[in-house]
Order: sequence, then structure tokens, then C-alpha cells
Amino acid sequence: MLEVKIKKRLSGDASSPGFHLDLAFRAEAGITVLFGPSGAGKTLTLDCIAGFQSPDEGRVLLADRLLFDAATRVSLSPQQRACGYVFQRPALFPHRTVRDNFFLALANRPKLERHRRTAAALEDFGLTAYAARFPRELSGGQQQRVAIARALATQPSALLLDEPTSGLDQGLKEDFYRILAQVRDEFAIPVLLVTHDLEEAFTVADRMLVLVEGQLAQAGTPREILSNPQSPAVARLLGAFNLLPAEILALDPAQNRSRLRWNDVELAGIYYPSHLIGDQITLCIRRDEVIVEPKPQRPAKGQLVLPLEGSSVQTRSALLEFPGNLRAEVPLDFYELHRHHREWLVSFPAAALRVL
Amino acid sequence: MDWFPFWLSLKVALLATGLGFLLALLAAWALSYLRFRGREVLDALITLPLVLPPTVLGYYLLVLVGRNTLPGQAYEAVFGSPLVFTWHAAVVAALVHTVPLLTKFIRASLESVDPVFIKSARSLGIAEWRIFLLIVLPMARRSLLAALVLAFARSLGDFGVTIMIAGNIPGQTQTLSVAIYQAVESGDAALARGMVLLLSLFGFLVVWLANRFNPPHPSVA
Repeated sequence: MLEVKIKKRLSGDASSPGFHLDLAFRAEAGITVLFGPSGAGKTLTLDCIAGFQSPDEGRVLLADRLLFDAATRVSLSPQQRACGYVFQRPALFPHRTVRDNFFLALANRPKLERHRRTAAALEDFGLTAYAARFPRELSGGQQQRVAIARALATQPSALLLDEPTSGLDQGLKEDFYRILAQVRDEFAIPVLLVTHDLEEAFTVADRMLVLVEGQLAQAGTPREILSNPQSPAVARLLGAFNLLPAEILALDPAQNRSRLRWNDVELAGIYYPSHLIGDQITLCIRRDEVIVEPKPQRPAKGQLVLPLEGSSVQTRSALLEFPGNLRAEVPLDFYELHRHHREWLVSFPAAALRVL
Repeated sequence: MDWFPFWLSLKVALLATGLGFLLALLAAWALSYLRFRGREVLDALITLPLVLPPTVLGYYLLVLVGRNTLPGQAYEAVFGSPLVFTWHAAVVAALVHTVPLLTKFIRASLESVDPVFIKSARSLGIAEWRIFLLIVLPMARRSLLAALVLAFARSLGDFGVTIMIAGNIPGQTQTLSVAIYQAVESGDAALARGMVLLLSLFGFLVVWLANRFNPPHPSVA
């Protein structure tokens, strides 16, 4: 298990303000995704764990070994930390063959063990056929596979991956996710994967940590986070949400109801504990939870009639744009059938309206 | 034409390049990888010989390794004869320029190796000395080779410092550039012309070779 509790302040200059990383989390065996926008401190966190950056405060504990402790001034060298690290670029030693890359990584082991481990790692990751090749003779996906196998051959206590798929196209990414799944099944170590690709996070993560501006904004399984973002920053980062500024008009705990005003229209919500009448709040509703249909003759109660301002087609769905920055996600075939309508009925299921 | 000055120059240049490479490698490694107090001072001191006139450098060396100084006497105890005004002194004279030159070049070569390889190597648990010898040096080998060749060319033609501390003893310490000076002084135009052309041709070949070693892109990813 990996236990991290670190603070690090980077002083800013004229062009950029300072940055403050303040983070505490645990990662069990399995894949933990560090998700966040660029500049959130994801790579800095990996570097603090691997020993390439020194936190100002806090400690890093890996498999019951103290890697770093500011209080007692313990700071192991990167060599002693047993953290496998795979970078954006594969960083294979270009002047050595694939096999020699392993030999170099295992240089301090006895010869027999070095050969045995190399052969096993090559076999395990389907690389035996490439053993005698130089890195430049491999494709990007193969290089990244060698990088992971090489990192794991040294038997690390954790594996750190810094946006390893950023240079790969979709098909190779999927190969890479299969390798990650293989790593999770064969090695019982914490795997920390940094990414700003939401799809990737959902594909591979057992657990997800959302980082915003150096702070842990939310932690949980990807499903939990997507169904219940806890702050506007997280919702904005996940993309698929409407964030609507609203006011609470009435609260009725007995019937679990509330009345809300957004954009001069009245909405029905559930009862929101720890909020007061008159509170200015941000309503959060997933784009695919907004119910829309083309306007019939007479709208039913609780339905809004809104003019369609625009629309756009995405890979797997279409987005309808309404006034007040409201967006609804609909299936593509539905969109094709009804796209010519000017006015739409829009309703919000009360349970889907969350307050952030 | 007497070929002794040519062979002596060659011998001096080879030795100065070899010794200089080891010294410069140490200095470049320290300047690039170690964080210590006085790093900038050391950097400036190593660069200084490139800007000082040869007479000043020669004077310093005479003071430093003369027969009455500690380094001079230590040398005499080991080799049995004084250093100054022997061909060994010509090697020292050549080193005065090759070491700063090589330090600059080697430092640039080492720093041209993408740090991600070093980070990667450290995370794999590879010891620092192995990283330097087995990863950084081989990856920088082409520009290192180019630096070596240029340093060799530079030490082939040293004149000022050589004449100050090795003197001009025909058959003993007279290198090619010193022999040219003497030929011109004594009015032997044909001899001077021959040696000048020889040195020029040799220098050209060496620089051409150095350019071939220097790849257009320092790191081949």
C-alpha cells in the first residue's frame, strides 16, 4: 500500500502565480487514477513519490517502508525507492537493444537472475520476438510496452505512470489498457496512473482521485464521481454536466420537496438539507438526465418550453443547446428524427437536480 | 625536412587529448551533476585559460611547476628529472587549452542527453556511476567524439605556452609550431612553408572529421 501526505509550495514569478500542492491519499493494490486538468499537480505528485522532487512537509510510505519524511529528514534516493516509473515518452535507452535495456535495469543482480528475470518479463509481455531489436525499430505502442515490462522487471513496490498513452492512437491505447489490466492481475502493487483523459480514467480505474489546483477535490470509483460530483470544479472537469445558478424559493422537508428559480423559471427539486430559503446555489444536472421532447400542442405541468438555440453532433450522441447555457444530451437517432423542431419541452427530474 | 617536430607534435597532442579528456570529464561531470558551493567559481576558473594570453599562462605554469615548487619537486621525485623544458612540459602546455575546451564541449554533450533517460534510469535503481558510464556517455558519444577531435586539433598547434615552459630545444622539445617560428626567424622560407602547409592540411582534415561526427540532432530519440 502507498500512503502519501505531502505539501509542496512552488514559488511563482512574474508570469505565473505560485502553486501549492497539498494532498493526502492512500492507494491500495490496483489501479488508482490521478485525474485532473494540466497544472493540477499530478506529475509533481508522482515526482514527490519517486524521489525526483522533495516535498516541504509530510511523508510518503510505501509497503511499510518510509520513503520520505520531512519531520525526521528521511529522504531515500530514487534508486532506493523501488517505484517503477513510466513516462509520457517510453525513455528506452536508445543505444541498447530491448534485452540490454532489461540487463541494464537489472545490472546489480547476479547474472543468472538477470537472465532469468529478463526472459520471464519478455515472455510475459509478448516481447520475446523483439528482444534483439533496438528501441527505434519498435512502434510507439511496443516501446511503451517494453517500458512497463522493464519497470516491472525490477520488482517495484509501486508503478507510477505519467500519461503513458498521450502519444498513442485509439487502437494502441486499447492495447495498452489490456496490458494495464494484465499488470493489475499479475502484480499486487499500487499502480498510479496520471491522465487528463476521462475515457481513459473510466476504462482502467479501480479508484479515481480528482486533483484540482494541487488539492484533492474528490475520491471514489469513477461511477461514484460521475454520478455525484461534489463541487462545481469537479463537475466542470467531468464535462457532462449543466451547472445552473439558482435560488431556493421554498423548502419542504416533510414532503421532501423544494421550489427553485433558475433563469426566471420555477423548478421542482427535492429537499436539500443544510440549505436555507433564499440561498444562491449551483444546480448540477447531467446533460443526459435532462428530459427533452419536441413541443406538442399543449405542454404538461412542470414542463418548460424553450427555444432551441443550437446543436452539435458528437461521436456517440448529440447536444441540444437551450437558453441559460443549458445543454441536453440525446441519442443520435432521436436527434436526426427531431432536429428540425424549433421549440422543445424540457423537464428536470427532481432527483437528478443536485446542489453543489 | 626534419620530421622530428611533426612526430613530437603528434605525440604531445595525443597525450594532451587523452589526459585532457579524463580531467575534463571529471570537471564536466562535477559541474553538470553536483551541486556544491563554488561551482560557478570553478566554472570560471576552468574557462579562464581560454581568455588569458599565453605568456600569462606560461608564467603561472613556470611559477606552479618550476623546480622549487611542491608540484615541480613531486614531479622530479617521480620521473627523476625536472618537468620544465622537457617534452612533458609541452603536454602540460597543451593541456592548458584542451582541458577548458573539452570541459565546455563535454558539458554541453552531457546536458544534451534528455533528462528523462536519467530519471528513468534512477527509478529503475541503476547506480549513478552506471548511469554516467553506461547511459549518458554512450548517448553523447558522437558529440564527445567531435569534441575530442577538436581538442586534438587545438593541442596540435599550441605555441605560446609551449615555448614558455617547454622551450625550443631541437630534437627534444621543438614541436611543429615552434619549429615554424624558428624557420621563419632564421629565414628558411621553404621549410617554414612546408611545415605551415602540413599543419594546415592536418588541421583541416581534423575539423572536417569533427563536423562529420557531430550529428545534426544531438539526441536520437
